[in-house]
Amino acid sequence: MSNVLVCVKRVPDPTGEVVLTPDGMRVDGRFAGYTTSPHEEAAVALAVAVAEASEGTVTVLSVGPPESIEQIRAALAVGGTDGILVEADSDLLGPADVAAAIAEAVQARQAAGTTYDLVLLGNDAADTGDFQVGVRLSYLLDRPVVAGIQTVEVDGDVATLRGEGPEGTEVYEVTLPAVATVLEGGVTPRYPSVMGRMRAKKAEVETRTWSGSPAGSGREALVVPEPPPSQVTVLGEGAAAAPALVAVLRELKVVQR
Amino acid sequence: MSVLVLVEVEEGRTSLVSREALTFARALGAGDVHAVVVGAASAATVADCRDAGVAVVHEAVDPALDRYAAAAWAAVVEAAGRAARADLVVAPGTGRGNEVLAHVAARRGLQMAANVVSVTSLAPLVVERQVVGGAALERATVSSRVRLLTMAGHAVEPSPAATPGEARVSPLAVPVDPRDMRAQVVRVERREKGDSAGLAGARVVVGAGRGAGGPDGFAAVDALAERLGGAVGVSRVVTSLGWRPHHEQVGQTGSRIAPDLYLACGISGSIQHWAGCASSRTIIAVNTDAEAPMVTKADYAVIGDMHEVLPAVLDELG
Ligand SMILES: Cc1cc2nc3c(=O)[nH]c(=O)nc-3n(C[C@H](O)[C@H](O)[C@H](O)COP(=O)(O)OP(=O)(O)OC[C@H]3O[C@@H](n4cnc5c(N)ncnc54)[C@H](O)[C@@H]3O)c2cc1C
Ligand SMILES: Nc1ncnc2c1ncn2[C@@H]1O[C@H](COP(=O)(O)O)[C@@H](O)[C@H]1O
Repeated sequence: MSNVLVCVKRVPDPTGEVVLTPDGMRVDGRFAGYTTSPHEEAAVALAVAVAEASEGTVTVLSVGPPESIEQIRAALAVGGTDGILVEADSDLLGPADVAAAIAEAVQARQAAGTTYDLVLLGNDAADTGDFQVGVRLSYLLDRPVVAGIQTVEVDGDVATLRGEGPEGTEVYEVTLPAVATVLEGGVTPRYPSVMGRMRAKKAEVETRTWSGSPAGSGREALVVPEPPPSQVTVLGEGAAAAPALVAVLRELKVVQR
Repeated sequence: MSVLVLVEVEEGRTSLVSREALTFARALGAGDVHAVVVGAASAATVADCRDAGVAVVHEAVDPALDRYAAAAWAAVVEAAGRAARADLVVAPGTGRGNEVLAHVAARRGLQMAANVVSVTSLAPLVVERQVVGGAALERATVSSRVRLLTMAGHAVEPSPAATPGEARVSPLAVPVDPRDMRAQVVRVERREKGDSAGLAGARVVVGAGRGAGGPDGFAAVDALAERLGGAVGVSRVVTSLGWRPHHEQVGQTGSRIAPDLYLACGISGSIQHWAGCASSRTIIAVNTDAEAPMVTKADYAVIGDMHEVLPAVLDELG
């Protein structure tokens, strides 16, 4: 039986136009809405698959404002068992702080009798993109860590993890307990069913705080660069533009014959 | 004081992002530039380092390092940092570069800034780095004793130093701790032709997004890629809907491409997609919407239905 912890971060939806708060210190998500990274959705799907294969559990954890419960519930709706919300102003935390807050929650559960065999995170958060919370967490927990994996299979106390390296698919075999960070692409994200949503509403979510004091992220300001003026040459409309397009292809010497 | 650069080698050559990192490190003017390579430094790498103005190339040769283990690489970077008396370490913002520096940061209690594009002040160290997938830049202070940075791709153009460096090769003794080998690559399953490796290195990429309309909407895209000897690249909508496999995805959470030509059809050009194709030399967009970001950011565009335009292009090519 594997107990998996999966960590998700509430982030302003970055797919539309990115709007900053007036002080330029954060992305304003009030209009765009909030989401989690595709990597974390993949991590959730892998966590659920691992737990299903072994009749284990999936705990979903988020460090952030009370509204992060929405992201926790979204993950619970696709198969999570329970949740942990570590309430904090995540904008004041740097990656070392987040790792410490997660580690404290893991250790508290361990003291209460639950060991997480596998902790899954995204490879990088969709907003701050620090690329380090998972690795930092592994050192705090003194566990091996593999970054950027796309699939995981657990057999007894060994996990086989696969990710893309420079020369091909790299395979790792690590002894549990372990930490891994996930890149999307190896698993289809799960979509919630009506049943899943109902279960998520009722699932238990523990709220806690972090006892540490934040070192912070070092952020001074955010800027959204002006897009450079368009330089596009419109070759024409519809099929009639084909000769003009092919002329450009020939000019670029990308047509061999 | 010096700047240490983690140099990655791909098929015997210094990777492009590593050469960018070396140029960046030199331009800082923050002392001698040292390089560290895991494995024997090839003549080509030493030559690249010399051109880039590197004073010392630290090489760590140990059979235990033959299999990639990020923690062991971190131990190598730490040893090189001590040998170089570096107070700044720069790595390419690749999967490995980010992973290894994160290990160094965790082991030494240091701060790391990922995806840096520029340094605005050296003391205190203030960097600008890409966040939100490149949609915004964050100005951040990195204040630990030793500062760790990874470089966003193409933030600088690699260039030779005015005076070449000595590039003295210095062997680094790194006793590999078994604890650092707990997570190591146990085997590599070589890539087959036609998957993402081909995409990342392709000279021509024909791209398709939601505008393809469905899994059956790719016939002309495939045919054109074939005709131009290129690869097919797709948007995340296409992979999420299961129309095409993820290894064809271009973007922040897919492959980064840098072809001579990217022909992007039925792709809106979101910032996350752009993050993967911005380095294309020439971009041609085919889109029904003249206002789509892919169109306004492209070099050339055809406004129209890709299902009409692409067959006509194939006809024209004969
Ligand atoms: C953290 C994060 C990471 C992401 N990573 C990636 C990534 O790696 N890669 C990626 O692509 N996306 C990524 N996305 C998603 C991204 O934000 C967009 O949702 C996605 O790129 C949109 O895909 P699209 O352009 O195919 O679809 P749409 O945005 O729906 O655009 C379709 C386009 O096709 C045009 N069109 C429609 N019909 C036709 C037709 N018949 N002929 C011609 N044109 C037509 C439309 O005018 C429109 O411009 C990511 C999102 C997040 C939050
Ligand atoms: N506030 C947070 N709460 C929960 N998980 C987080 C938080 N911040 C980061 N993470 C996890 O750590 C991963 C990497 O984040 P980062 O190192 O900040 O890029 C994310 O994909 C999440 O899985």
